[in-house]
Amino acid sequence: MDARIESVGTSSAELHGASIIAALKASGIEYVLAVPDIVTSSGLLAPIARDNEFKLIRVCKEDECIGIASGLSYADKRALILIQYTGLLDSLNAVRGIAVEYKQPICMMVGLLGHDPEKTPRASPRYGVRIIEPILDDMGIAHHLVSVDADVAKIAPAIERAYRYSEPVALLIGRRPQAS
Amino acid sequence: MMKRAACFEILARHIGDAALVATYSSAVDWVDIAPRALNYLSIGAMGLDSSHGLGLALGRPDQRVVVLQGDGSLLMNLGSLVTIAAAAPKNLVHLVAQNDTYEANGSQPIPHPNIDFAGIARSSGYAASYDFSDLRIFEQQVAHVLEQQGPVFATLHVEPTKPLKYDYPSLYDPQKRATFKAAWNS
Repeated sequence: MDARIESVGTSSAELHGASIIAALKASGIEYVLAVPDIVTSSGLLAPIARDNEFKLIRVCKEDECIGIASGLSYADKRALILIQYTGLLDSLNAVRGIAVEYKQPICMMVGLLGHDPEKTPRASPRYGVRIIEPILDDMGIAHHLVSVDADVAKIAPAIERAYRYSEPVALLIGRRPQAS
Repeated sequence: MMKRAACFEILARHIGDAALVATYSSAVDWVDIAPRALNYLSIGAMGLDSSHGLGLALGRPDQRVVVLQGDGSLLMNLGSLVTIAAAAPKNLVHLVAQNDTYEANGSQPIPHPNIDFAGIARSSGYAASYDFSDLRIFEQQVAHVLEQQGPVFATLHVEPTKPLKYDYPSLYDPQKRATFKAAWNS
């Protein structure tokens, strides 16, 4: 698990959606499966929707993404699930069954709505955010905090590992990315 | 009203090399009738049959995908009808066996009977939508249902069956997933 303190505590820190998108492309992500999340809406989802290199599937409820990504993986198509932490919580049974028990390569990018990026998620002012990393730890799911541009370097190796070893990963977006 | 197994016996004669997604009672009936490498049974969470089917269809647009879903399962993922219609995979056929019953969970009734799933699929934007309650008509039209440009939806109005034997370790055997993947990419 990788949710190090080093990415918090820098008040001038920034996170750019363009950097994240470049990392997703470098990771071979072809499909983005999404439910809008205000944390990532303008900085990630909007530019992804305009980018012809991605195939965006807008779903009605987050757990659909787990099934769709699983189906795509059988044809070795890579997908990123872009959701809010509330959607992750709502999808835990699908994550349990498909990602963990079936050992499927499910890559989730999760916006931490209400989080203070100057704090760690476990010390977040938002209860729902504080419980995310402990839940992922209990489920044995690797997770990485992406709060500043320096953290973007974690994305490609994390996705590569998920597909190489057929396992889930959660990339936790700790602040609203700027669009460019 | 039709017998589910009788519908599936007809379907099996037309399935060809399509992927077949099924779970719970539909999966039990189907694997008895048509055990094959291209059966995809590891759904992982009730309701997600249709979502797995969408992912399969998007991943291999050159191959047909048939989803055999129960009505209770679809009720847990009704939004997937809208998602599938929007994604518009031409190679996806979505069949729902409607018996108004959660058979795999003690044959309890679904919250409300006689739901017009085909109507919901139609208004969601599926390319075509059908209702079948007569086995002879289903037999006459099944080839057309499977071959036309999707996404296609059809409700199979079937009778509840006697309790089945649910051999989940066999249905969800990891080796079956590996076998499916090898067949799907051959």
